[in-house]
Amino acid sequence: MADSSAAAHHAAPDGVTKRDLLQLIAGAGAAIGAGAIAWPLIDSMNPSKDVLALSSVDVDLAPVVEGQGITIVWQGKPIFVRHRTATEIKEAQDVKLSQLIDPTLGLDKERVKPGHDQWIILIGICTHLGCVPLGNKPSDPRGEWGGWFCPCHGSQYDTSGRVRHGPAPLNLALPPYAFESDTKIKVG
Amino acid sequence: MAGLNKSEFANPVINWIDTRLPIFTMMQKEYGVFPTPKNFNYFWNFGALAMVNLMIMIITGIFLAMNYQPNTQLAFDSVQHIMRDVNYGWLIRYVHQNGASMFFIVTYIHIFRGLYYGSYKTPRELLWMLGVVILILMMATAFMGYVLPWGQMSYWGATVITNLFSAFPIVGPKIVTLLWGGFSVDNPTLNRFFALHYLLPFVLVGVIFLHVAALHITGSNNPLGIDVKTPQDTLPFHPYYTVKDSVGICVYLIVFSALVFFAPNYLGDPNNFIPANPLVTPADIVPEWYFLPFYAILRSVPNKLLGVCMMFGSLLVMFVLPWLDTSRVRSARFRPIYKWFILLWVVAVVVLGVCGAHKPEGIWVILSRVSTLYYFLHFLVIMPVVGKLERPLPLPESISKPVLGGRGGGPMPAGAAAKPMEKA
Repeated sequence: MADSSAAAHHAAPDGVTKRDLLQLIAGAGAAIGAGAIAWPLIDSMNPSKDVLALSSVDVDLAPVVEGQGITIVWQGKPIFVRHRTATEIKEAQDVKLSQLIDPTLGLDKERVKPGHDQWIILIGICTHLGCVPLGNKPSDPRGEWGGWFCPCHGSQYDTSGRVRHGPAPLNLALPPYAFESDTKIKVG
Repeated sequence: MAGLNKSEFANPVINWIDTRLPIFTMMQKEYGVFPTPKNFNYFWNFGALAMVNLMIMIITGIFLAMNYQPNTQLAFDSVQHIMRDVNYGWLIRYVHQNGASMFFIVTYIHIFRGLYYGSYKTPRELLWMLGVVILILMMATAFMGYVLPWGQMSYWGATVITNLFSAFPIVGPKIVTLLWGGFSVDNPTLNRFFALHYLLPFVLVGVIFLHVAALHITGSNNPLGIDVKTPQDTLPFHPYYTVKDSVGICVYLIVFSALVFFAPNYLGDPNNFIPANPLVTPADIVPEWYFLPFYAILRSVPNKLLGVCMMFGSLLVMFVLPWLDTSRVRSARFRPIYKWFILLWVVAVVVLGVCGAHKPEGIWVILSRVSTLYYFLHFLVIMPVVGKLERPLPLPESISKPVLGGRGGGPMPAGAAAKPMEKA
C-alpha cells in the first residue's frame, strides 16, 4: 500500500525489503496480542468454578422399590435410575448384539455394575435430538421393548437403555458412577 | 444513483465484493489515503484512543452481561460470582471498571485538545456539538453502569442523581417517579438501568459514526489551527497516522494495564463493597472521580434548583461554544492572552474536582464557588470579550512552512512530504 514508494529506496534485488520483515513482525505481534486478549473472554464462557463444583451427586437407592424408577439431576441433566424387575433383567440379558442398532456397550452386563444387575443408571437424554424420553414412571408409555419411549420423534429404548427403534442412532449414554454401598451411588 | 462501483483492488474476491458494496474503496478513501494535516502532535491520538476504549468497553461489557443478574436480590452476588467463579471474570470486570476511568481520561484530554486548538470553530461546529452529545451519553452510560453492582455507592449514587430531577418545579417529582418505576430506587430501576446501560453504548457508536463522518467532511484541525492549503500540507492517514496512533495505543494500554493489574480498586470507592442498603446512607458519599467537578458545581450553589441548573448548564454551555468564541484564530498557540485563560479554566476544573472529593466545609466551599464562577465566566464573558480585544500573533502562511522551518513537527521524510498522495 502506501509504503511502496518509500520501500523502493531500500529494495533488494529480489524485491524483499526490510519493511516486509517489519510488517510481518508487527502483524505477528498484533495477532499474538489479539489472541491473548481473546482467550480470557472466550474462556469466561466455559463452566465457572461454581458450576464445576457441582460435578457429583450422591443418590440413596434404598427407597426405590423394584419396578420403580427415579430421575435425579446431575450437571443439569436428567439421570434415570431404574430398579429393574427379574423379567426386565432377563429380557435385557437375552438380547443378541446382532439385534441392536448400536452394538457399542451393547451387552447388558456392560451397562450395569457387576453384582448390581437390578440397577440400570442412564443419562436420560434421547441420542436423537436431546429430548427426555418417557418411561421412568410406571404410568408412562415405555414402548414396545419395555424401556423408554421418546415423545419427540418416537425413538424406543429397551430395559437396558439400548436404542431398538430409530431415529435415535445411539444407546442412552451411561454416566460415570460408582456404588459406595449396596444402596448408595455417587454419580460423577 | 445506482450503478456498480469500479473497484481498483487486484484481489478478485475483494474486487467482487467491492464492486457490489464498496466498503473497501470507502476504507481506502477514509482511512488509507485520507489526506491528514502533517503537523499533528500526540494530542491528536486521543480520538482514536477513545474509539479503542469504547470497543474494549463494549466487548468486556457483553461478556460481563453473560454472567450478571439485574435483580436487586442477585446483582451484588452475581458481581462477586464474576470476580470469584467465572474464568478470568476478575480480569474482565476490572478491565471494564477501570476502562470507564480510562475512557474519561482519554475523552477529557480529547476535549481539552479541542478547546486549546480551537477545533470547535467554524466549520467544525456540528462536529463539536456531536462531541458534546457523545460526552453526555457517555456520562449517562457510566452513571448507570456504576449502579449495576448494587453496592452502597451504586444505590446512593442512583438515588442522588435521579433526585436531581426533583429540583424542577411541578413536574420534578413526577419525573423522578418515572425514572424509578416506583417510589424509591428499587428493582424496576435496576432493571431499566441495565437495559439502558446495554443500549446506550450502541447509540454512542451511532453518534460517533456521525462525529467521524462530519470530521471527514471538514477534515482535521491541527496544532497551528490553520486550514490545509495544498496537498503538501498533508500526509496519507495510512501509514503515517495509523503508526502514530499505534504508538499512542501502546502507551495507553501500558497505563491501562498498570491500573488493572496493580491498582484495580484505586479509583473505586470502598463503600461499594457493601451491598446496597436502602435504609442507611454511607457517611462519605462521593461520585466517581470523573463526575467530581460537576458534583462540586452542584454543591457550590446553596439553592437546589439553581445548583442543578448550573450543573447541567456547565455541560450545555459547551453546545454554544462555537458562537461564544469571537476570535477567528483557532489555535491558542497564536492567542497570547486567551492561552492563559483557557489554561486557567483547566486549573478551575481540576480545583473543582478536588473540591468535589472533599466535604463541603471551610476552604473547599470558597474554592468551589470561585472555580464555579470562573468556569462560567470563562465561557460567557472572557471568551467573547478576549476574542474581540486580543491581538493574535501572526499566523504561519501554511502548515508546511513552520514544519519545515523546524517549529514543532521535527524532520519529515522529504519524499513523503513532496508526494503524499502518490500510490498510498
